[in-house]
Amino acid sequence: MSKRKILIVDDEMSVRQSLGEWFLEDGFEVETAEDGNVALQKMGHGPYNIVLVDLKMPGMDGIALQKRIREIDSRATVIILTAYASVDTAVEALKLGAFDYVTKPVDPDDLSNLVRNALRQQELSEENVRLKEKVSALNQASPIVGKSKKMQHVLEMISTVAETDSTVVIRGESGTGKELIARAIHAQSKRRFFPIVAVNAGSIPETLLESELFGHEKGAFTGAQYRRKGKIELAHGGTLFLDEIGDVTAKMQIDLLRVLESKRFTRLGGNQEITSDFRLVCATNKDLEGMVADGRFREDLYYRINVFSIQVPPLRERPEDVLPLATFFLEKYARAMGKPVPALTAVAEELLCRHRWPGNVRELENAIERALVIGKGPTIAPDDLPFREDQPDLARSARSLAALERVHIERVLRETDGNMTQAAKVLGIDRATLYNKIKRYGIRR
Amino acid sequence: MPGAIHVAYLKHYPPAWSGALESGVADVFPLEVRGTPLNIDLKPAYAPDRRQYHATLILASLLRHLPDKHTKIVGVTPVDLYIPVLTFVFGQAQLNGPGAVISTYRLRNEFYGLPPDDGLLLERAIKEAVHELGHAFGLVHCPSVSCVMHASSYVEDVDIKGESFCTNCMDTLEAGVETLGRYAV
Repeated sequence: MSKRKILIVDDEMSVRQSLGEWFLEDGFEVETAEDGNVALQKMGHGPYNIVLVDLKMPGMDGIALQKRIREIDSRATVIILTAYASVDTAVEALKLGAFDYVTKPVDPDDLSNLVRNALRQQELSEENVRLKEKVSALNQASPIVGKSKKMQHVLEMISTVAETDSTVVIRGESGTGKELIARAIHAQSKRRFFPIVAVNAGSIPETLLESELFGHEKGAFTGAQYRRKGKIELAHGGTLFLDEIGDVTAKMQIDLLRVLESKRFTRLGGNQEITSDFRLVCATNKDLEGMVADGRFREDLYYRINVFSIQVPPLRERPEDVLPLATFFLEKYARAMGKPVPALTAVAEELLCRHRWPGNVRELENAIERALVIGKGPTIAPDDLPFREDQPDLARSARSLAALERVHIERVLRETDGNMTQAAKVLGIDRATLYNKIKRYGIRR
Repeated sequence: MPGAIHVAYLKHYPPAWSGALESGVADVFPLEVRGTPLNIDLKPAYAPDRRQYHATLILASLLRHLPDKHTKIVGVTPVDLYIPVLTFVFGQAQLNGPGAVISTYRLRNEFYGLPPDDGLLLERAIKEAVHELGHAFGLVHCPSVSCVMHASSYVEDVDIKGESFCTNCMDTLEAGVETLGRYAV
């Protein structure tokens, strides 16, 4: 936490000096000013948490100075000091936004309480702003786009489970948006005003994962120069999102089980037990049941986490969501790049709908982002997409070797704009053979 | 006596419990602690309108009697201390400086209409002397209520806090004491 700053404005040197020392002992960074003009210059060195202003000063008085201070920094808390107790001036100062008004000499306890309350109010108002921003960010977080029946079912499940405190396992192929689902659960839960802390267990080596999750004390291992809180501790009050739970090692499974049962743990190298109240949401693309059967995943941990399971369907199983998702990503990236939102040509739309999306929504998002980067015109054409045709789809529809050959020749002809010489070269056959095959398969050029 | 702490008794002091006060300070600071009566004139620091003594002025006089630049000095006085903007202070110190002063005036039970209790007075005086010396070693007020560096506006606050430093304050203090200790004989 950075040092709190205070500016003391009083024409009496003894007051500036004694108050300055008093606040230094209280851990403040102190600046003093002998009159209003010096104070206004010093406001430029701020921001100050508190400005103590003497009411009666030669030149600019405390009331006038307070007005100017509020124009420069409305967040600074102004406390008026005066040797003259006057209800009128007190009321005027308070009307102008002073936090409070004290008469010199001040009882040390009154001054301590006043400053403590002023700082508390400042913290609360800053926290209020932060929370509002957070809530607004949560509301604006990537929505789950999907009108398909399967996604509607997922959304219903999110609403159902969010209200509870149950552990959730989100299943689905890579790129289906499991983290988005976890964040949606958190955003709808009563824990939404606390953090959601994400850890990808699959991407962190076991030794680091332990420290990442549980934290460590200073000197716990070589390089541990400072005490560090772990993700479990940071998730206190909120949600811990553990991605790739199927990838954690046997030892870590035991440690995790212990924490989930007791919600207590110790930092690495420490002996103080720490309690963290968090809700666990985990995700995996692994077959946990198969892993339990093979003995690669602890059965007790499986039952502990598998309280509620949400299966996120792959994109190929909800083709009706492809175009709404594509439109969503077009708008998102166009806005980020400061470009007008381009439209998809009919052919590009057809291509997107026919693609099988093995990388799921992530692949679609990347394809749209790339199209916006390389696309020049007001529309996104097939050439802007990272694929022309969908091989896996063709492979599936073409069941015989002959059918596959026909589809392949059609594709090469399209790519070469019907140029027979080039197509024959790409296919590795001569022109005559190509003519014969076109005739045999009835391919229209 | 470089690298040491001097407890200087001002105006009608030392009290009967001076030895215990010095031992109490020595228990907390790993430096030699020596007590001496110091005859300095407090009159210039007296404010007749407030019937109190200006702590900053006393501190300035005290520093003129600092035996060595590598020592710290804490004055102990029975008179009531103030700084201009506050109604009273239990003590004052120079943050990271050589000196501090404490008053036992408001640490006495009699001030609050209670029967005298020298044991309690000694306990409070040790806490205040250690607190102000803590400032002289660069410590600021501590949020921990059990730490001797916790701010005290009332005598009840003094009674609640402990006589020693919390771990965090001790870490900061060690650096200051180590610097001073280098000059110890």
